[in-house]
Amino acid sequence: MNSFATRFDSHHHDDDQSDAAWGSQAGFGNLGDGSHAFNVPAVPDPTAFLRLHTDDHADPNCRIKIQHGTTTLAFRFQGGVIVAVDSRATAGSYVASGTVKKVIEINPYLLGTMAGGAADCQYWETYLGIQCRLHELRNRERISVAAASKYLSNLVYSYKGMGLSMGTMICGWDKTGPAVFYVDSDGTRLKGDMFSVGSGSTFAYGVLDQGYRWDLTDEEAQELGRRSIYAAGHRDAFSGNTCNLYHVKEDGWKFIGNYDISKMHYEGPGDVPGAPGGGYGYDVRTKGRFSVLETEVVA
Amino acid sequence: MPSMEHVAHPQQRAFNPYTENGGTILAIAGADFTVIAGDTRQSEGYSIQTRYAPKVFRLTDRAVLAVNGFAADGNMFVKKVKQRLEWYRHAHAKDMPLRAIARLIQTMLYAQRFFPYYVYNILGGIEDDGTGAVYSFDPVGSYEREACRAAGAAQSLVQPFLDNQIYFKNQQAAPGQTHPSHLPLPDVLSIVIDSFTSATERHIEVGDGLEMYIVLAKGRNTQGMESLHGVQELSSKLDGERVFVVRRELKKD
Repeated sequence: MNSFATRFDSHHHDDDQSDAAWGSQAGFGNLGDGSHAFNVPAVPDPTAFLRLHTDDHADPNCRIKIQHGTTTLAFRFQGGVIVAVDSRATAGSYVASGTVKKVIEINPYLLGTMAGGAADCQYWETYLGIQCRLHELRNRERISVAAASKYLSNLVYSYKGMGLSMGTMICGWDKTGPAVFYVDSDGTRLKGDMFSVGSGSTFAYGVLDQGYRWDLTDEEAQELGRRSIYAAGHRDAFSGNTCNLYHVKEDGWKFIGNYDISKMHYEGPGDVPGAPGGGYGYDVRTKGRFSVLETEVVA
Repeated sequence: MPSMEHVAHPQQRAFNPYTENGGTILAIAGADFTVIAGDTRQSEGYSIQTRYAPKVFRLTDRAVLAVNGFAADGNMFVKKVKQRLEWYRHAHAKDMPLRAIARLIQTMLYAQRFFPYYVYNILGGIEDDGTGAVYSFDPVGSYEREACRAAGAAQSLVQPFLDNQIYFKNQQAAPGQTHPSHLPLPDVLSIVIDSFTSATERHIEVGDGLEMYIVLAKGRNTQGMESLHGVQELSSKLDGERVFVVRRELKKD
């Protein structure tokens, strides 16, 4: 067994259930003693085993499909942080879900985004929420975005090589003001003003870079987030369905809305502040470019 | 000159503990009820192993779990979930709430992140606020609450039908009218039965039998179930949420 596997192996326990699994600690009770009990297959190379059965990029016929394909973005501006994501999950070419919540609400001041393995992001960002709460109780002070994101990056780094897949942005507001950190499962952790992650990120960056200024108004910034996700949903087959938009301000995050990407193409996002009115894609391409039946001729 | 028999040939071995056992599962949430269903055929490749292998299980009076994928993993997983729920009952003298069962299933699946259960789970039942709920999971524990979900062999046949009939996707409401957000129980039961008869026609791994579990919110009467024949009640008490099972034949060819 390789050295990674030995560290996370639970075979030395009598059972894979710790005493903490009893009673009210039900859900994360397995974390009660501060260490994780992951079961690892008893083969010489557990990592290769996992890849054989789950990596659908290398082998489309592998049995266990882990959901992939995404566009997520977050940027810092004068009025806080805008977080916008799509809602499509694909397994190969099948659209497994069109209603995925790719923004994970870690606590009222922290948001995390989901790209890569859905379960990896959901589980570890929920776990991060537990650790952030413990930090508050121990230090009588909210955790900084820098510290929270570093907690996550150190955690995923300790699993490096085991096959975790996450590309996430940890966004929030702390003593230093609005903050965005990019953290991924390779162990990369970057502080920055603007990030986009996922298969549709290039399309989102195109719109984002073109429309971004630090002194954007709240309404303009929200519109830029929406418009960028629309662009990615339109051009990237692995992104689409709907856009979820969040705005982080000094008093915490606020959910702004859910917008249908097809609807944004034809009719626009609806009556929302910052929207120019009309569809993002249809009218600009077709106005005056189709023939109209002359009603007089018919009559 | 050494003979060829004594030369070691390179050999490749792989640890292959998974297989796919076919079948399909499905769950639909109503305003104050949930229907969770699955077919009972179990197959491996083109052979039918059995015509009656349940894939849907009552966990508590308000929670039903459907499992699909690799049957051995599915059965073991259900066994372990039931065990954890029994421990919870002993510690708290009550059944675990549905949303807590959903989170429990996430952590139990994720504990096997590096040696996954090859199982797609759909959890259906009644939430603490009395609403019908469906939770769907991927094999390593990512989950989401939804109004309806199909999984398994015929997922790609059934889910588009559900999108159209439950979410009214690609349907225009009549002028001055809107689509209902929840369907009544008889409509849902008809949609479930139609989904499985159609999947049986077009998918070779679906058929033999259909088991539909119906979970009713506390205080809801059995309205909409009168016309059903062969309903069997599985509830442990009559004044709480109630669970029923209905069995139907599906084509066996």
